[in-house]
Amino acid sequence: MSSPGGDPGGSTDVIEQPPPTERGTALSPVLRVLGALAILVVGFIALGASFLFVKNAEGSRFVVVGIALVAGVGGVFFVFWSMNNVVQSLPARYQEGVRPFIFVGPALVILIVFLVYPVINTILVSFKDAVGQSFVGLDNYRFVFTDDSMLRAIRNTFGWIIIVPLFGVSIGLAFATLADRLRRGEAAAKAMIFLPMAISFAGASITWRLIYAYRPAAFGSNIGVLNGVMEALGQNPISWLDVKPWNNLFLMVIMVWMQTGFAMVVLSAAIKSIPDEILEAARIDGANELQVFRRIIVPSILPTIAVVTTYMVINAMKVFDIVFVMGSPENRGTEVIAERMIHWFFIGGNFGRGAAIAVILFVAVIPVMIINIRRFREEEAIR
Amino acid sequence: MSTKDQALPRIEPVAVADPGDIRTGGWFVRIAVLVIVVLWIIPTLGVLITSFRPEDLVDSSGWWTVFAHPFQGAQWTFENYSLALDQGGLGNAFLNSLAVAVPATVIPIAIAAFAAYAFSWMEFRGRYVMFVAVVGLLVVPLQMALIPILRLYNQGGTLGQYIIFPDLDLVGTFLGVWIAHTAFGLPLAIYLLRNYIGSLPSSIIESAKIDGADHFTIFWRLIIPLSVPALAAFAIFQFLWVWNDLLVAYVFLGGGSQNRVLTIALANLVGARGENWHLLTAAAFISMALPLLVFFSLQKYFVRGLTAGAVKG
Repeated sequence: MSSPGGDPGGSTDVIEQPPPTERGTALSPVLRVLGALAILVVGFIALGASFLFVKNAEGSRFVVVGIALVAGVGGVFFVFWSMNNVVQSLPARYQEGVRPFIFVGPALVILIVFLVYPVINTILVSFKDAVGQSFVGLDNYRFVFTDDSMLRAIRNTFGWIIIVPLFGVSIGLAFATLADRLRRGEAAAKAMIFLPMAISFAGASITWRLIYAYRPAAFGSNIGVLNGVMEALGQNPISWLDVKPWNNLFLMVIMVWMQTGFAMVVLSAAIKSIPDEILEAARIDGANELQVFRRIIVPSILPTIAVVTTYMVINAMKVFDIVFVMGSPENRGTEVIAERMIHWFFIGGNFGRGAAIAVILFVAVIPVMIINIRRFREEEAIR
Repeated sequence: MSTKDQALPRIEPVAVADPGDIRTGGWFVRIAVLVIVVLWIIPTLGVLITSFRPEDLVDSSGWWTVFAHPFQGAQWTFENYSLALDQGGLGNAFLNSLAVAVPATVIPIAIAAFAAYAFSWMEFRGRYVMFVAVVGLLVVPLQMALIPILRLYNQGGTLGQYIIFPDLDLVGTFLGVWIAHTAFGLPLAIYLLRNYIGSLPSSIIESAKIDGADHFTIFWRLIIPLSVPALAAFAIFQFLWVWNDLLVAYVFLGGGSQNRVLTIALANLVGARGENWHLLTAAAFISMALPLLVFFSLQKYFVRGLTAGAVKG
């Protein structure tokens, strides 16, 4: 654990200035502090050694993985325990003053080094050349907004952030409303819709490649479901993933399939929290089910719909895995922003362009960030 | 879930269907639900069935043809799985996924729980400002952090002549991936756990203090046991997130190393053997096995975690 390692160093500064008044009995407290520090140092060396072993090990995977698990899980608890040990060894009046920093220190160090600093750094790199050395002004941004492939990626991403939330939320809402009225089997039905949430985009991609699988008419029977249906209907099979621009839509279907369950579960909980009396009153007044849905259910859960939609928009904006695993986005015209970023970073070897693309994603979520903070401060004010 | 204040949801019990509900629908509702469920199941069902069929049959006929003679022994085989585990390297990848996912779940939770306790119950300067910053970090796209973190791992970081991060050569190591996942998961973990820990009654903490317990003891003996529901919800969310992640693993572990995880192995298989459906489907199902197990056994917590995860960026 390198990051929390910065912290004990900070606490030693405090420790090494024992108050002059305690000098008479100083020996044993100093020894205690040194002892606690020694445990910390030895522990770090042991952790470092085990990480080095895991890194270079050629042996059985079981052993390597076992050691990695023990070192990783045990390591974090050891770090906190041994840092607290150091605090305990301090004179009592310093303990409670130092302790909060032991508690929040590791979190702050990690957030600053691995989140705050990178964000600033990425913004800087986005104004630099391919290797991140000299400044090139707005060149990378000019590229981002003129390159054909990038423009397609931006266009496609707009498609993703509109279509995926639209269908995901609509189907989720419809299903939640319908399932709510089932006499039995509601939980089972919902589990089936929700199940794709548990699998990876990579796994889902394989699942859907099997749906879209294509063979030209004379090359044996088609094993993909969609082309199986086409053949059964007497039509020619279609290479679904090569049909521009509809192939984008076929990829979006995968994400709708995966995320509808999320929308459904959250919306379902919101629907169930509407008091029954309100719904009954409307029915007694002669409203039919469609009116109840449109005039009462939807307005009452509007805030929930807004949150679910926001979440799905952010997710759709950052979609990468589906497009990446389904393959050849450039030939198929299915590029998206997050996929372009990885492309320029790893395949194109251009840090500046990759960073500029990332900054676009960041700028897009800033409004959500501001809303979240404002919402939080309002809540705290009421608390 | 309440219908208000949805932007920042808290962990709440999932609503349970009321068995005495009188608004039960007729045939239309049942058929509509059934149609959607069938549509949603078909993709997974296709993978499941294909993964148990022999290679030549997979290649020559659609998986739905098994329904013609479902009980013919020659239709089914387990061979694809042993092939995928062996040849596809899925066995090692499964172990690697465990080695990545378990610590990448435990580390952020431990760090976040300590921080959440401090934010809730300890007095120190800058507490409020720091926490507002954490809320702001919730939606930062992790894409923003990939390049700089990779450079820190590759060449360390310097500020002028001072080394602020040593060159530890962390690319391709489990430790590097754990740290990255920890950083990406921390804001949400701190936020959720602080909401939960902060809402525990202050009287129990006060009385423990009167009994002479220090903060570490209170945290370890009192707060952690009381926070199990929130910890479990976040743990499941984070575990599945890490297990299913391709991007972070791809960037920090790389595609070719012996440390590659399941999602990378799957992506590689698709690239290399895109038409070997018997292998691909078995591999896909191996990667889904653990998440599905978690999903079915811990569904309640899983739903809470995901619902609460709605604020993650």
